[in-house]
Amino acid sequence: MTVLECRDLQKRFGRIEAVRGISLTIAEGETYGLLGPNGAGKTTTISMVCGLLEPDAGSVVVAGQPLTTRSVEPKAAIGYVPQELAIYPDLNARENLRFFARLYGLAGAQAEARIAEVLEVIGLTDRARELTNTYSGGMQRRLNIGIGLLHRPRLLILDEPTVGVDPQSRNAILESVEQLAGEGMAVLYTTHYMEEAERLCDRIGIVDMGELKAEGTRAELVARVGEHDRVRLAGSGALDAAAAACEALPAVQTASVTDGSLDLIVDGARGLLPELLAVATAAGAAVKSVEVEEPDLEAVFLQLTGRALRD
Amino acid sequence: MRAALLIARKDIRQRLRDRSALLVAIVVPLVLASIFGLIFHDVTTGDACDCEFGVVDPPAPLVAALAGSGVITLHREPDAAAARAGVEAGRIGAALVFTRDDRVVVIGDADLPITAQIAESVATTYANRVGGDAIEIADISTTSRQLDIGTFYAAGMAVFFLFFTVQFGVTSILDERRDGTLARMLVAPIRGAAVLVGKLLTSVVLGVVSMVVLALATRFLLDAQWGNPVGVLLLIVAGVIAATSVMALIATLAKTPDQAQSWQSMAALILGMLGGTFFPVAQAGGVLAAASLATPQAWFLRGVEDLAAGDGVGAVAGPVFAMLAFAALMTALALPRVGRLTGR
Repeated sequence: MTVLECRDLQKRFGRIEAVRGISLTIAEGETYGLLGPNGAGKTTTISMVCGLLEPDAGSVVVAGQPLTTRSVEPKAAIGYVPQELAIYPDLNARENLRFFARLYGLAGAQAEARIAEVLEVIGLTDRARELTNTYSGGMQRRLNIGIGLLHRPRLLILDEPTVGVDPQSRNAILESVEQLAGEGMAVLYTTHYMEEAERLCDRIGIVDMGELKAEGTRAELVARVGEHDRVRLAGSGALDAAAAACEALPAVQTASVTDGSLDLIVDGARGLLPELLAVATAAGAAVKSVEVEEPDLEAVFLQLTGRALRD
Repeated sequence: MRAALLIARKDIRQRLRDRSALLVAIVVPLVLASIFGLIFHDVTTGDACDCEFGVVDPPAPLVAALAGSGVITLHREPDAAAARAGVEAGRIGAALVFTRDDRVVVIGDADLPITAQIAESVATTYANRVGGDAIEIADISTTSRQLDIGTFYAAGMAVFFLFFTVQFGVTSILDERRDGTLARMLVAPIRGAAVLVGKLLTSVVLGVVSMVVLALATRFLLDAQWGNPVGVLLLIVAGVIAATSVMALIATLAKTPDQAQSWQSMAALILGMLGGTFFPVAQAGGVLAAASLATPQAWFLRGVEDLAAGDGVGAVAGPVFAMLAFAALMTALALPRVGRLTGR
């Protein structure tokens, strides 16, 4: 079942077209990644999906209901975790959670039970009665996520939740998202970190300059642009003969010698490596090191936009 | 409404944890009212003698004596009514009406107590010379509107700091916009207006509570005479609404919380000074006195004056109406800009 459907979303700020016709759908239990550099239009798209910003054109449908900035009921299906911390520093964790729980219509014993549950999930039960301005950054981030989960949303939206976070907390956040997705929650995850998108997302949309450049699973995206693996064999000896011998292999696209290294473009480097080493050695090359670069989303982005993901 | 109440409740909890809010709302105005009241308790308003006296049927010897003093200037008035009108209009400082049965009626102005005292002294001296109990001091105040010093500063400081107190509610929406919690609230299944109503409610509650506490505290600690409690409550509510409206308008104009706070503080200071919360601007007369009527503070103090003089609840109708009209004007100016507060 489709939880989120966006059709041809457009948004302009003065002369700047921040979002130019983005369309996407997310099914129940699916994790969808919006991958793109800063300024690509990810946060603007998220804002329209959450009902914070009215699109200039296009529509958003959440759990079968149209959503606008004036909507009330459809917003109950959305859990939102903003990029910046959005918690009250002069309230404790329990008070923060209680306030938002009540905004989402939870009350009484039901609310308290759910708050206790979320505190357990985010690991803040023991510190629940302390003001959040005494928390570490990682703890505040966990509470930031916990608030988004309170009302068991059908669609959880996380806007670059790991920016500025230490590696340990980042890993904890990613694990939490994996667990939630495993429990059947639909997740819309925006990031400019390729490795996060590759780890978490069932499908990925690559966004740049307000447009959805490509969309699909990781394998589909990589296959779409036809990237091959790059293999570099550094060594000495008869490298030219080795190049010729390797190029004769069916999986090898090209072979060349550059600065004492044999550079190869191949299909399926991991499976081909033993054969490559054997052929190169037999041709008279002494291989000292091997480097393999498999195609990734960074390469896909570069292919699609001509720019690096982190420019 | 449920969401608005939730938001107001959360805000009030935050404000109560913020000691500076308690300081501004209650402690500082109470301390200042005490200090000013003690300093100026035995000091008169210090008016110089406005020794332009009106006289009705004065005896010739008295006229000769007073005219020769070089201090008092006499103006002959046709009758007592004209003399009273002259005092009320400020044309003369006091009036002495000599009746056919050898009585002297002294008409003074409560805003010019020294002048009234001099007129009374003149009448007493004359009466002593002619003998008998011929002096009648009638209605020493044409208007009994002046507050005693303690009550003046109690009411003045309370209404002055009210405008700082109500800032906390309406400006917090800008803080929340900056901190991201506003977006979080707007993503929740509530109407955007609930956020605004909640913030306004916070200001109103804080304002009313602080004013009631100050009225009670100054009543019992400083013997401030506020008058009829129902009337005082009506003045407080109208004053809080007026204060909240102007601070809300400023919040819609400002781009950042710091800017809003700065502009609101300036507005509170200017309106407070012009409204006579530190000294009775009305006595200055002229343009200043007229300009003060554009401030809710002046109308609040007028209402307290009327109640302190013993008038009933009905006496505050005018000041309450004036403050609510001020609030309506501020609200009308703010409404077209209210969307800016929520970023929509």
